[in-house]
Amino acid sequence: MKKIFPILSIVTVALLGYALYLALVVAPTDALQGEVYRIIYYHVPSAWTAFLLFFINFVASIRYLTRSKASTEMGAKWVAIGIGVVGLIAPFLPPVRRLIPPGMEPSAVATTIVLIPALYFLVGKLFPGDRLDVLAVTSAEVGVVFCTIVLITGPIWARPVWGIWWAPGDIRLTSTLVLWLIYVSYLVLRRFSNSAQTQMLAAALAVFGALDVPLVYLSIWFFRTQHPQPVIGGGGSMDPRMLHVLLFSWLAFLLFGFLVCWSRFRLELLKREVEQAHAMESLAGAEDSEKASLPLSRGTR
Amino acid sequence: MTSFWAVLSATLVKDIRLEWRSKDALNSMLFFSLLVVVIFVFSFDPLAEESRHIVGGLVWVAFLFAAVVALNQTWARELRNQVLDAYRVSPAPANALFLAKSVGNFLFVSVLETLMTPLFIVFYNLHVLGPAWQLIPIALLGTWALVVNGTFFAAMSLRTRNREIMLPLLLFPISIPAVLGMVAGTTAVLTGENSAHFYIVLLLTYDVVFTTASLALFGTILHAE
Repeated sequence: MKKIFPILSIVTVALLGYALYLALVVAPTDALQGEVYRIIYYHVPSAWTAFLLFFINFVASIRYLTRSKASTEMGAKWVAIGIGVVGLIAPFLPPVRRLIPPGMEPSAVATTIVLIPALYFLVGKLFPGDRLDVLAVTSAEVGVVFCTIVLITGPIWARPVWGIWWAPGDIRLTSTLVLWLIYVSYLVLRRFSNSAQTQMLAAALAVFGALDVPLVYLSIWFFRTQHPQPVIGGGGSMDPRMLHVLLFSWLAFLLFGFLVCWSRFRLELLKREVEQAHAMESLAGAEDSEKASLPLSRGTR
Repeated sequence: MTSFWAVLSATLVKDIRLEWRSKDALNSMLFFSLLVVVIFVFSFDPLAEESRHIVGGLVWVAFLFAAVVALNQTWARELRNQVLDAYRVSPAPANALFLAKSVGNFLFVSVLETLMTPLFIVFYNLHVLGPAWQLIPIALLGTWALVVNGTFFAAMSLRTRNREIMLPLLLFPISIPAVLGMVAGTTAVLTGENSAHFYIVLLLTYDVVFTTASLALFGTILHAE
């Protein structure tokens, strides 16, 4: 395992360098926005990576919450399977199909939804027991970093193109900000909580945050969005060469995010091992001193 | 089922009686929101036409801050003499305790709103242009949205260091859609420019989703060890 890490790091650096070259040199200049638009090769991949990480955090938290009782774990499993089955069939039914925006294939929607239970079972398989919580904290932390990149690069792009740094009525802008706020409060809770109950409380807060996201989206629905329409499957027109660079950039970012998560994951595991060792040591120390000071009472037992 | 209602009503009656005798939460909330109103009047001093557009935001910001004052006290009260620990080991349903606390807070915040609303009308010279009755569902649903999540997160922040500051840090990000619904809905009614129906439905959805989530997770939070 440890040998793969340096190799993967070199690959990631090469990929990020090549992605930068593609973004700055190979990708064609936008007809309307000029050179400024090139920031999307960092903005959009960061956003997708952040959303993926937040979703992983949600799945890990759900699994952590439900694992304490066999019945709830069973229920959550069937809900995940249900989502997968309904998601596989529903996009092809005519009434649902009409709701899908033009340009988006029903098969693409179905594949995306099937990925949800797949991820659910994959996370459960790869991260047993307390490792679920380690995964949750790792993905939340790295997700917040990527989300911060999104929130910084967004206004830098918006200033020359829209003429304003920030559009309060824009649906994706505001939802991303609220998402960022929720996960920062999640990290604050973890920082301030006493160690024994932190995992449960944090998992519950993660579920609340995930429930909040669609409501945030709905609440800003009324305002007209200023954002460019979705790139993948949204019917927005994008030069195929640009899309190619964007997807390549995303690949590099995903690998980068994976590496950061991996090292953070190992760090957190080590930290917990050290804490546990300290606790055991002090426990043993207390027993020893008890033995030393009260030899009679220990001996009579 | 009978024990559920018995525990609920016993806790609720106890909380109301405590509040009636001490008036701790209500007095601090009232004075706090009065201060907020006065500071807002000094800082904005708007014309009647302008105030219709901003009062929706001011009212709910004042109530939100005041509600946090009351919410912080709900569970802290049970820490004395290990009441909460006793509750944890008893077989009483956890959700009954949670609902009783939420309903109690809902009543206290509603009393505050009833007393403070005339003050806002006087200070800002308000005259409602839209259908005024819609303010009632907005206020009821909005208050419940604040209180149900607030009670849940207050129980959560009880387990943290510096819990007084923790509650708003947890509550405000999650409450953003509800606050937006209350503020935008109130402004819509006050100005009469557009319909508030959408916001009432939004608040209703928010209430249903988060009441369900709180009831589902409160037992875990209470018994987390």
